[in-house]
Amino acid sequence: MIAAHLPALQIAVPLIAAPICLLLRRENLSWAWATFISWVVFALAWVMLEKTLTGGAFNYELGGWEAPYGIEYRVDALNAFILLIVAAIGAVVMPYARASVAREIPEHKRGLFYTAYLLCLTGLLGITITGDAFNVFVFLEISSLSSYALIALGRDPKALTAAFQYLIMGTIGATFILIGIGLMYQMTGTLNMADLAKRLPAVEDTRPVLAAFAFFIVGVCLKLALFPLHLWLPNAYAYAPSVVTAFLAATATKVSIYVLYRFVFTIFGQSFSFDVIPLESILLVLSLAGIFAASIVAIFQTNVKRLLAYSSVAQIGYIMLGVALVSVAGLTASILHIFNHAIMKGALFLCMGAVYYQIGSVKIEDMNGIGKKMPFTMFAFVIAGLGLIGVPLTVGFISKWYLITAVLEKGWWPVAVLILLSSLLAVIYIWRVVEAAYFKAGDSDDVVVKEAPVSMLIPIYVLTGASVYFGIETSLPLGTAAEAAKQLMGIGG
Amino acid sequence: MRHHLVLRVVAKLLIPLIMLFALYVQFHGDYGPGGGFQAGVIFGAAFILYALIFGLDNAQKVVPSGYLMALVSAGLLLYAGVGFAAMFKGGNFLDYGVLAGDFIAGQHLGILLVELGVGITVCAVMIVIFFAFAGRGNGDEEDDDIATSPDLSPDSSPNSAREV
Repeated sequence: MIAAHLPALQIAVPLIAAPICLLLRRENLSWAWATFISWVVFALAWVMLEKTLTGGAFNYELGGWEAPYGIEYRVDALNAFILLIVAAIGAVVMPYARASVAREIPEHKRGLFYTAYLLCLTGLLGITITGDAFNVFVFLEISSLSSYALIALGRDPKALTAAFQYLIMGTIGATFILIGIGLMYQMTGTLNMADLAKRLPAVEDTRPVLAAFAFFIVGVCLKLALFPLHLWLPNAYAYAPSVVTAFLAATATKVSIYVLYRFVFTIFGQSFSFDVIPLESILLVLSLAGIFAASIVAIFQTNVKRLLAYSSVAQIGYIMLGVALVSVAGLTASILHIFNHAIMKGALFLCMGAVYYQIGSVKIEDMNGIGKKMPFTMFAFVIAGLGLIGVPLTVGFISKWYLITAVLEKGWWPVAVLILLSSLLAVIYIWRVVEAAYFKAGDSDDVVVKEAPVSMLIPIYVLTGASVYFGIETSLPLGTAAEAAKQLMGIGG
Repeated sequence: MRHHLVLRVVAKLLIPLIMLFALYVQFHGDYGPGGGFQAGVIFGAAFILYALIFGLDNAQKVVPSGYLMALVSAGLLLYAGVGFAAMFKGGNFLDYGVLAGDFIAGQHLGILLVELGVGITVCAVMIVIFFAFAGRGNGDEEDDDIATSPDLSPDSSPNSAREV
């Protein structure tokens, strides 16, 4: 019975778990429950990915109503892969959360914290799995509203301002997306993605469809923080609780990128998006500008979480550069980097969470000599940092390798040079942290700083290990990404 | 609150009617305009009116916040529970058709329960939001000391006021 209901369970399980989590009223019970549910969700996502890779795409009709009329969930190689990334990060982050949340969040809010986390997970998975354009918006609101609450729980009072800023920008983005979907509905009379894809070509010369595309792209680029629409991101990531930063940095923007793929390639179609509208030149310029501007700003940050947040903006630039190539190779590199970046950034933010747990700060000047006091945490930081730079034997190298191959396939060698140059900027900002941690003497030996607890180190090492493992054994992410890219470009599948 | 005699009498008359109207909107939602969301807001408005006239403390005696949080969850649990019940009866998630003997009766039962869940959650959330705003500065939140700081209260020593 379960096999037939997998897509519904993927969403319904975390959804029904959230109110139960609220009723548990015991911090430890809530945490155990949220962790258990995260693992169940991960198992479901894993089974679904296996199913799509062997048997192809499948649908689920919610409420038993047929596809164009009812809401349909549709799972193919692309969104099964994104579902797996979201679920896996959730499953890795939750065991870590117990110690970190106990240190950073007031006691009476911890139950609510885990409830909001489960709702956020539901929203992110829902956006990814649904085959209905309006349903995307509904789940987007669920995930956004819960993430505003999660970010506002940060201990620094600035977290409130950061959450409010994100709320304003996120709401503008969501409104634009809704306007876009509304205009599409007005022109075609349908909200089902597959049906939209069939009906849009007949009306694609009309002004409302052009406006729908423009509103939608701007809205979704706000949510995915493409330069220069990234202004909400650095503060939100810097002041949110450590667990929230690690979870959102690895999943939230990635899910928005998935929405962009889905609408640009599947719904509007390649010929409309790239021939009628020159989306590729816009994305190319913005992603290159984003890579350089954000990397340079990252170099001058003193708060390491903020530094990593700017680095995320730069990494989103690489992902969007892959889209701008409009080729199977480019999309493969793009999807692959979503996976790889989720692992690396997750690991880096978890390391910073461990540092914050022990010294109560993530400023570079407070981290002098911390390499000796927290050797395991900082070693993991260095390994994941090498991945961010793109050193061979790490996932970052695999991403850059495929991205540069795809760029050269197009003959855009100046872009390839720029990608290599931008890696040097990553060397500088990672080096600043490493220098403070290993080569500067700690000023106060009287303060005893110990290694982070094992419950935090294990999740850190799971992600760091994955960043090396998938840098060597690339068949799972690469095979899935290539399959998904082919389906998006309409080849095979 | 002694002196608002008219308000108190009118509120006492209106509150049962508001609740009754909310229940009408709730259960007539299958056939006419209405449904769980609207009904929940109206039902919540009855409690909010009570809190406005008789004070927050009295209102919180009527619905303690522990119960409210349970109600917030209960509505969503009812909604999702109907979905799972349909799944266990052999249909898809939220397929009301399989819930009762025949398809039509099942659809009726399903939408009634789901809308009831929506109504309960919306009503409880409206009251929670009102209590949260109205209760600010009452010392519920330990980090809200600006509003309760004694220097700002008007009847602190007159000398300090003159010095300023």
